[in-house]
Order: sequence, then C-alpha cells, then structure tokens
Amino acid sequence: CPILDVVLSPQASTMPSQCTWQSVSSVLLIVLLCCILTPPAQASKSSEDIRCKCICPPYRNISGHIYNKNVSQKDCNCLHVVEPMPVPGNDVEAYCLLCECKYEERSTTTIKVIIIIYLSVVGALLLYMAFLVVVDPLIRKPDAYTQPLHNEEENEDARSLTAAPTPSGARANTVLERVEGAQQRWKRQVQEQRKTVFDRHKMLS
Amino acid sequence: MVNAGDMNGSGNLMDFLDEPFPDVGTYEDFHTIDWLREKSRDTDRHRKITSKSKESIWEFIKSLLDAWSGWVVMLLIGLLAGTLAGVIDLAVDWMTDLKEGVCLSAFWYSHEQCCWTSNETTFDDRDKCPLWQKWSELLVSQSEGASAYILNYFLYIMWALCFAFLAVSLVRVFAPYACGSGIPEIKTILSGFIIRGYLGKWTLLIKTVTLVLVVSSGLSLGKEGPLVHVACCCGNFFSSLFSKYSKNEGKRREVLSAAAAAGVSVAFGAPIGGVLFSLEEVSYYFPLKTLWRSFFAALVAAFTLRSINPFGNSRLVLFYVEYHTPWYMAELFPFILLGVFGGLWGTLFIRCNIAWCRRRKTTRLGKYPVLEVIVVTAITAIIAYPNPYTRRSTSELISELFNDCGALESSQLCDYINDPNMTRPVDDIPDRPAGPGVYTAMWQLALALVFKIVITIFTFGMKIPSGLFIPSMAVGAMAGRMVGIGVEQLAYHHHDWIIFRNWCRPGADCVTPGLYAMVGAAACLGGVTRMTVSLVVIMFELTGGLEYIVPLMAAAVTSKWVADAFGKEGIYEAHIHLNGYPFLDVKDEFTHRTLATDVMRPRRGEAPLSVLTQDSMTVEDVETLIKETDYNGFPVVVSKDSERLIGFAQRRELILAIKNARQRQDGVVSNSIVYFTEDPPELPPNSPHPLKLRRILNLSPFTVTDHTPMETVVDIFRKLGLRQCLVTRSGRLLGIITKKDVLRHMAQMANQDPESIMFN
Repeated sequence: CPILDVVLSPQASTMPSQCTWQSVSSVLLIVLLCCILTPPAQASKSSEDIRCKCICPPYRNISGHIYNKNVSQKDCNCLHVVEPMPVPGNDVEAYCLLCECKYEERSTTTIKVIIIIYLSVVGALLLYMAFLVVVDPLIRKPDAYTQPLHNEEENEDARSLTAAPTPSGARANTVLERVEGAQQRWKRQVQEQRKTVFDRHKMLS
Repeated sequence: MVNAGDMNGSGNLMDFLDEPFPDVGTYEDFHTIDWLREKSRDTDRHRKITSKSKESIWEFIKSLLDAWSGWVVMLLIGLLAGTLAGVIDLAVDWMTDLKEGVCLSAFWYSHEQCCWTSNETTFDDRDKCPLWQKWSELLVSQSEGASAYILNYFLYIMWALCFAFLAVSLVRVFAPYACGSGIPEIKTILSGFIIRGYLGKWTLLIKTVTLVLVVSSGLSLGKEGPLVHVACCCGNFFSSLFSKYSKNEGKRREVLSAAAAAGVSVAFGAPIGGVLFSLEEVSYYFPLKTLWRSFFAALVAAFTLRSINPFGNSRLVLFYVEYHTPWYMAELFPFILLGVFGGLWGTLFIRCNIAWCRRRKTTRLGKYPVLEVIVVTAITAIIAYPNPYTRRSTSELISELFNDCGALESSQLCDYINDPNMTRPVDDIPDRPAGPGVYTAMWQLALALVFKIVITIFTFGMKIPSGLFIPSMAVGAMAGRMVGIGVEQLAYHHHDWIIFRNWCRPGADCVTPGLYAMVGAAACLGGVTRMTVSLVVIMFELTGGLEYIVPLMAAAVTSKWVADAFGKEGIYEAHIHLNGYPFLDVKDEFTHRTLATDVMRPRRGEAPLSVLTQDSMTVEDVETLIKETDYNGFPVVVSKDSERLIGFAQRRELILAIKNARQRQDGVVSNSIVYFTEDPPELPPNSPHPLKLRRILNLSPFTVTDHTPMETVVDIFRKLGLRQCLVTRSGRLLGIITKKDVLRHMAQMANQDPESIMFN
C-alpha cells in the first residue's frame, strides 16, 4: 500500500481499500510503540527504581551480608553503602576489598505496563477464541452458511475463466454485513492454513 | 467501480472490508517469483522517478523521499522488533516465576523484582523475601515438608500444562502458520517462494503471544528462531506501507533479510552476529547495499531493547559474561574434544528429530497435535521439577553455567573446600578441591544433560513456536562445565603431571570452567545449525571479549567437520528437505555429468509440449488448453510447423487478461483470434475482433541448448533465480526445464525420493 504516494499525491481522493486499512493499523501500531517506549524514556528515578547492592562475604567472625542503598552511581561503593560498618576503623579497607558493589536500575512502570498489556491481549484473544469456537456455530446454524471447500482448488482456474462478472452489484451495503464478509474471508484463510499445516501436513512438518 | 449511492461518503472507508482484486503482476500462493522481472520492474520505476525528478522541486523531493524510504523502513523495523523482544523478555520473566509462586505486593513482579527492595535477603539465602511466596505457602501456609513439596510440584505441572494448552489452542484457532521455528520457511521465502499469510499480522500477533506462553511453560525450546520470524513479520508489515517494497517482491526480500538480522540481534544482543547470521544462514541474494541497512536495523533494534531494559542491568541477554581470565594452549585439547562432542550431538539430534518429524507427518501421530503438546509438556514438567538445574528456565541455567566462580557466587557449583587457615578471602582462592556441593552438582548436571538431549528431539517441530538455539547451548554448556570441572580437579590433584607442569602451578588460577561451558555451547550450536562465522561472532559478542576467539573457533571448526562427516545438512536444510520446499541451495555442488536433454520435459513417450502459437489460436483454444493442463506457463512459438520461439506467457496472466478482455473489450468472443505480434494478422472479413496479448508476453525467456551440461543449468537457475528455462535445438523449441524438475533431478542424483518435492 503506497502510504507515501497517498501522502504525496493530493489528487488521490479515492484511496484504495487495502491502503486505508493498512494505514489505520500502522498508525495504531506506532501509537502503541510510543506508549510502550515513553515509560522507560521518562522513567523518573523513583526511589524504588535504583539501588546500589553490595555483597560482602564472611570475614573472620563476621557473617556474610547484603547491603542495599538508594544512592547514585558515583556513590556506589563500599564506603557509602555499608552501614553500619561491622569492623573497626583500621580493618575497613580490608573488609571493603572483599565486598562487591553493583549499581542496578529498573523501571517499574515499564514492567507494569507491559505485563498488563500482555494479559489484556491474551484475555481478548481468549474471549474471541471462545466466541469463535462456541458462540459462532450456534448463531450460524439457522443461516446454513456453507462454503464448498472440497474441490475448490481444482475448479478455481476453470471457474475464473467462465465466471460471471464480479458481483459488484450484489455488494452488501451495511457496515455489519461488510464486517461479516471480511470476517468470513479471514476464517476461510485460516481454515486453509489449518488444512495445510494440521491436516495435510504439507508445511511445517 | 459501482458504488452504492447512499454510502458514497463512507464508501471508501469501508472498502477495506471488501475482497481485493488481484492485479496483473502479482504471484499466486506457493509459487516462485521471477527475480529478473522484479529487478527490471524496479529499474523501470527508478528510472521513471529519476526522469520526473528533473521537472519540478516537488518531484525532486518525492525522489529524495523515495530514496530515503528504505532507511525509514529499517528504522521502523528496528523499533518494533526491539519493542516486541522487550515485551517477550519481560513477560517470560514474569510467567516463568508464576509457576512457582506469586508476589503479594504487586502480582506483575517476578521473583527477582519482588525481592528487589526487600531487606530480608541474607548472604546465604539470597532469594528469600517475605513478599514473594510459593504456592504452597499461599494456599496451605506451609513452606517446608513433603506436603508443601508435592503441592508445589502439582501446581508447577498444572501451570505448565495450562500455558502449553493455551498456546497450542491459540495457534490452532488463529494462526496455524505460527508454529515451528520459522527459519526453514523464511529461508525458502527469501529464495523466491511465496507463502501468503506466513508473514501476516495475525501470525505476528499469535507468534509473539504464544512464544511467551511456551517458553514460560518450561518446555525445552528457545525463542531465537521464532524471534527471527517475528522480526520478518514486522519487516513484511512495514514494507507493505511503501509501494517501492509492496509492489516488488524482489525488493521486499531485501527488507526481509535486514529484518532477520534485526531478529537475531535482539535475541542475542549481537548486532554484527545478527547481520552475519542473516548473510550466512537465511538470505539467498544479499546485495551489499543490504549489508549496511541490515546493520542499521540491527543496531536500532538492539538500542530499543536496551532502553526497555528487560533484565535490569542494561544488558541485552541474560547470560552475558564479562571475565577476562586467560586460557592456555594445552587447554585446546579439551576444547577440541568438546567440538567433537558438539558435532556428534548435532548429527544425532538432526537424525532423530527428522525421523520423529517424518513419523509425525506420515502416521496417526500427526492427527493429535494438541494431545501431543500436552503429553510432552507433562513429561517435561514431571521430570524437570525434581532436578534444580532443569526446574529453572534454560536461560538462567546457561547464565549460571557460564559464570565464573567469583568471590560472591552462591551456587552449588562453586562449593569448593576452603582451607580455614588461609588469610585470603574465602571463595577467591582458585586452586581448591571440590566440595560435596560440586559433586552433587556434577551428577545432577549429568542427569539434566541426558534429559535435555532426549526431550529436545521430541519438542522441536511440534505445533507451537519452538526454537533450537537455547536448548543446544544448554546441552553444550552442561557438557562443557562438567569437562571444565573435571580438568580443574585433575589439575589440582596432579600439578606435577607433564601436561600441567608448565602452566598450572599450585595456587595458580589456571582453569576456568565457565569458559569450557561457553566453548561447549558454541560447539553444540555449530554442530546442529552448521553456522560458522556468525556463530563465532555471536559468541564473542555475548562474552564481550576477543580473548576467547581462538577456543571458540577451534570448537566450532571441529564440530562442523565432525558433523559434516556424517551428513551435509544442518537442521534447517534437513527440515526444508523434509517438507519438500522448492529451495535450491547455493551451498550444494552439482557434480554429475548429465545434460539438459536428460532433465527437460517432455521426456520420450510423454505428450508433446503444450505451446501457444503466435496468431493462429482462438480464445476458446487457449481456454481449453489452460483448463486441461496445469502448467504455470506456455511457450509461444511462430506456428506449430516451425517451432521457432517467440516468448513465454504465464498462466495467471493469460487467465486475467482473457477475463478482463471478455468483460471490457467489445467484440471479443470465443472465436476471436489471440495474437502476440505487434500488428494483427490478416483476417477474413466478418471475423470477430482479435485479442492482442503482446503485453503479457515475456519476449526474452532464458534458453539453453539441449547439450548444455546440467551443471551450467543448475548454476544459471541459482544465480539468476529462474523459474523455468526453455531448451532449444538448432533454434527450434524442444522442451522446458522448470525449477521443480531441477530439484527432482538433484534429488534423484543424490538417491533421494524425487517425488518428495511437493510444491510447484
């Protein structure tokens, strides 16, 4: 879809149909990208999000200990973080040589946002799957909507040669019927894919 | 276009819901593209833009924007691939820990995040904090004892089954193309094959979502291969926004090559390795212009992932290591042994996995995909839970195995016996005998190694997204670490042996078991995938140092030699052969002495070639010919007597052109003459209007003579990306060779089943 052409050629008043859909979905995707990327970008260093972690192993008769403190990166060393110092003044240097200090930061807002978005996507997919598997066949039964899929491929070329003009006059008018048409097409595609992969094992072993 | 009157205003917006019309110039599903035609169309487009750019400033700006659209696409691909990889990493981190317990303060924290601010962690028990509770603590308020263990075990298995069942259901209902690794199919697509829907939006969504689920369920698979598929889906999506790439299948594949590089780059945190992987393993034609753009996409992706910071320490991969201890020449011997192990394991894995996948394709096992996934998950969870090395996620296992035992490591692998009289800090003394913890760890690792080797064979290839890099690296890392500890203890107990005397004195820090784990991981990965340069570059980008290039190369080279001695194909080529994709490998050599006459169709005894004549066939004749045969194209000759070749017409374009002509042009009926020349032929009066189809005729089809050796023909097919090639003798058309015929011939020469090449 030539989104660039659409942008640059003002006389393209009638946008091709695929183009509109792809432009809409790409705009949505870019908005989603910004939503996910801005939390880390403006990750205000709240007190929960940075720390300096010093691990000091056992020394003589002092057991090992872990010290956490909320300091900046240049202050992240043993002298600033280990409080209270368990050894007297002249031993401090020897003790601090053993300790290893690491500066760590994280972004809690990013984690929260991403996990919640992920769970909502999974939830939405689950609901749609339940709808497709359970509710849809019950609604469709009175319509007796069937598509003869068995010999479609063999007759497709022959049919396309002798086919009547494309049923543009019989196009559905209401939005709901068009959505349904698109959904039926998608379902057909997925069914073809399922036949190829799961039933005939033609692809993806 | 007919438009309903009352929907005029919103009619255009709703048009996206209608079925798109196929244009002339697009390809059908499961067919190969014509590389030469795509290239010439791109050159035409570029020439048109360049000539128009001289007309006005606006046209000039448009030509600049067209030139820059490639870089914009790369930027978008890098951003989206990095974002998705960050989402996947964070979600996997959380859901893996969900199997064992939950954080009470905020349920979206994993174990490590939950205990981040806690003051309860002690030196001995660094994972403990009151906010994060195991399921047994939460449900029955007990944390020790048999009942707590059994409850935790049971809930671990339940969570694993739940995740796996959800994943396979989503794949089955929404996007069946999302299963498997994706790399064999992407290799085939990049070589010119069309698989509609394989890189679509639903496949992208489902693959991302289910990848998190299957990795969290504890199955023995990785996420690197599926990340390449995800990145290529992003590439396909963004390239469809620009007509330069959406209308030209050849240019689109350049974008997909770059997207594959971005995928590997975020999987390993290795941009250069990603570009080399794309160059070596995935791409077919890789023009140099793509090299720079792939690198840009890989860098943008890595930078985006780093800004999301999924692992909390600005590293891109969980098992990044950063030590610089030296290695010694005498250690090359165990490294080469690890290489041999890697090659042997690679051969074993490929043979067993292909046999199992073939059984899945042909027997009743393939009829129960959901049940198969559930059974394998149950077995994996049941066997993995008791062993602490398999209970945790594979990435964490690799990270622990790669890490050197420093002053502060608390894992069981670092439980060495300390001399209480030493004044040096504990755990920093390099030359110590192994304590009981190390011996326990050794046999646990051995059991885990056997388990992983067996279960990965059954896991790779199931109907869920599954990658292969992490399990191979885990197998290699376990073997390497065990060898490393063995060498270290041997050196400790026998400092006076001749092999240790020069470089390993008592008290010196000579052997680093973590390095052996890395070398083992590289060897096993190389043995399975037969990667060469890209493997070494990925491994040294993972370790951040150039010191270990020589051991890594030694192991990679050895494993490739050993594995190649048993079979020429890596795992991806083996899957391509198993599925019968029409992939003409550039690495194969064709050394047989057959000629073009031996391969061309029609053979002796077959029906003669179906041809179209220049101006003596009617529309009805053409339609009958199309209906009765299923060839993809027909040569056009001057007449049936003198079979001099004019050109080649594609089946799809004939169908579309005839259909359009019947609808639009007046006077075209079944008796109209179809002509391919410039001027209409002499017709008697009162004959119906003739139909000119010169537009769809390819006037420069490739021809070879009948005595051309097949070696040259195969070379031509490979280098030019042909779909078919016509065979002439003395200027007269004799037959046709298609890509499928070439592949069948090669299979026959290699004593494989030529009927296994399935697609057109």
